[in-house]
Amino acid sequence: MSNAIYKVTDFVRIKDHRIFHGKGQVFKTEKSLGLDQFLKEAYKKLEIAYPKFHKMDALCKLGILASEVLFKDHIISPDTALVFSNSASSVETDKKHQQAMGGMVSPAVFVYTLPNIVLGEISIKHKLQSENVFFVENQFNPELLCDYAEVLLEAEKTPAVVCGWIDLKNAEYDVFLCLISRKGEIPLSKENLKQLYLFENE
Amino acid sequence: MSDLRTELKKNIIEQLNLEELELADIDNDVPLFGDGLGLDSIDVLELIVMLEKDYGIKLTDPEKGKEIFASIDKMAEYIEANRTK
Amino acid sequence: MKKIYLLDDALISPLGFSTEENLAAVRNERSGLKFHKNNRFTSGGFYAGIIENDLLAEAFLKIGEPKKFTKLEQMMLLAISRILEKNPGLNLSETALIISTTKGNIDLLTKSSFPESRVYLSELGNVIKDFFGFQLQPIVISNACISGGLALAVAKRFISAGKFDQAIVVGGDLVSEFVLSGFHSFQAMSAEPCRPFSKNRKGISLGEAAAAVLVSSQKPEDPNSISIIGEASANDANHISGPSRTGEGLYKSIQNALREAQVSAKEIDYLSAHGTATAYNDEMEAVAFNRTGLENVSMNSFKGYYGHTLGASALLESILTKHSLLNNELYASLNFDKIGVSKPLNIIKNFEEKELKFALKTASGFGGCNLALVLKKEENE
Repeated sequence: MSNAIYKVTDFVRIKDHRIFHGKGQVFKTEKSLGLDQFLKEAYKKLEIAYPKFHKMDALCKLGILASEVLFKDHIISPDTALVFSNSASSVETDKKHQQAMGGMVSPAVFVYTLPNIVLGEISIKHKLQSENVFFVENQFNPELLCDYAEVLLEAEKTPAVVCGWIDLKNAEYDVFLCLISRKGEIPLSKENLKQLYLFENE
Repeated sequence: MSDLRTELKKNIIEQLNLEELELADIDNDVPLFGDGLGLDSIDVLELIVMLEKDYGIKLTDPEKGKEIFASIDKMAEYIEANRTK
Repeated sequence: MKKIYLLDDALISPLGFSTEENLAAVRNERSGLKFHKNNRFTSGGFYAGIIENDLLAEAFLKIGEPKKFTKLEQMMLLAISRILEKNPGLNLSETALIISTTKGNIDLLTKSSFPESRVYLSELGNVIKDFFGFQLQPIVISNACISGGLALAVAKRFISAGKFDQAIVVGGDLVSEFVLSGFHSFQAMSAEPCRPFSKNRKGISLGEAAAAVLVSSQKPEDPNSISIIGEASANDANHISGPSRTGEGLYKSIQNALREAQVSAKEIDYLSAHGTATAYNDEMEAVAFNRTGLENVSMNSFKGYYGHTLGASALLESILTKHSLLNNELYASLNFDKIGVSKPLNIIKNFEEKELKFALKTASGFGGCNLALVLKKEENE
């Protein structure tokens, strides 16, 4: 299914300690930095000024960083749907909770043992009261995201969609989020989503 | 400033991930919830866990939590009166 | 948007391994909640609806080797097999498989004769797909406690767009130490069987179950059938674990679902609420139901029978709602004592027979998510 009315209005990529907004790099640290340090540095550099960030697990921090960059240049309707996916669900935080189970567990850790919490954190920060869904797939599946985004848009359940992939496993992450709406040059299609996902800066 | 109060501030900053705060930022009598430090319902639960883990006090009514955790002073008073560790 | 029809279904729970057995139990106000010993709790244990492993293995033996499958897989595979038995002609190369679960095989993180990769939800999808020979890649949804209902909405949305014409939607979750310990740290566990919407409610009881239903764009031959004619979800944007005090997300979901269904609140005959029996959830629902004009609609929560079955709950309860409509039966909201929320509600206190046509199913979950489904009994149309 490919529909020329809907466009990839903007996109964000976070991988290998680099953040790309569209095809331009907006932040980078040394790859030797640990994940926590990378997230902290990015938070500071992007001037996010949102103390709740520090309470979040790494998956949510990645989502907040990505959405911050993605939303920067746009007015985002509170009905903008969030259609996210990954392969590992919330496994990093699951393991953290699992390790504490011999004694007293932490409620602040447990609450993050669901992948859709990142949708909640983004919704709270950007005041989105919209359609959410979290899919778990073997690998990035542009067809699923494209088809579902189109269904929501065509049915007028939403004026815009943020769809993408936000995976975290063994401290390795892979984030790709797109803003889909009627604005922009790149038509929404599974081929285009795939191309943008595979794009790596030289 | 008593040791317990300093200890509490250190623990709170660490346990609740209040990264952007220093010890000096937390006054003994400032409200921890609402407009003060802006802690929320999950923070109350975390503090309840901390009470048991570090001071051996089992709190079974989370509603009482908000009174006990109203400020560093209130917390310290409650712990001094009830600690088993 | 096209509607979808809810065809054959199956429920696997402590109340039975078929929809018929479960309905018989619910009609007779039998609960699956029992006391289970656990040292984490000062009372010595907790109440939950847990399926006996031996009974499950015995039932599963008829379709496969229990040792090769985890408990959750046995539950979900058994549910689907019940449906396939009744639909031997179903073309699995054209039938989508949509799976709903919050934590899947999370118990494997503790003990495991299974490889670590089995914990991954996509693996769960593959196991189910390969067991029966589905050809389409499974769609796995993990969206907290609305997952089961959201899976139905996703099926309807994709069927409407022509991506496929029919799907098996299956949901399941376990009562695990993982989840128990977490809810315990939230002080959310009731020391006695949960009491949704009640003055004396003290929190949730957990439950495990699997539920499955065949959905299709094709109207069945049976003159009485149930369809989903409207659905919507919306986030509260309030807090990741505490629901909105004004029920924003649920309010929006209900309004949007009713609008799509072209049905008004006055026409709803029955409301199947989420009703987890926490102080905040039930209060939030009461506020949202009053804001949407549903305060006089006969309503219940099924959590007193099953406990909170997480990723199965909205699907299991939608299936019970379907049969409520088909049979013109209203099931009692089990363990209700007296109204314990700040707004009026019309709680079903005893089993009742009544003509029913439209029902609303709602669900809410961690992360601030909410969902509403409008079900209709299609009669000779």
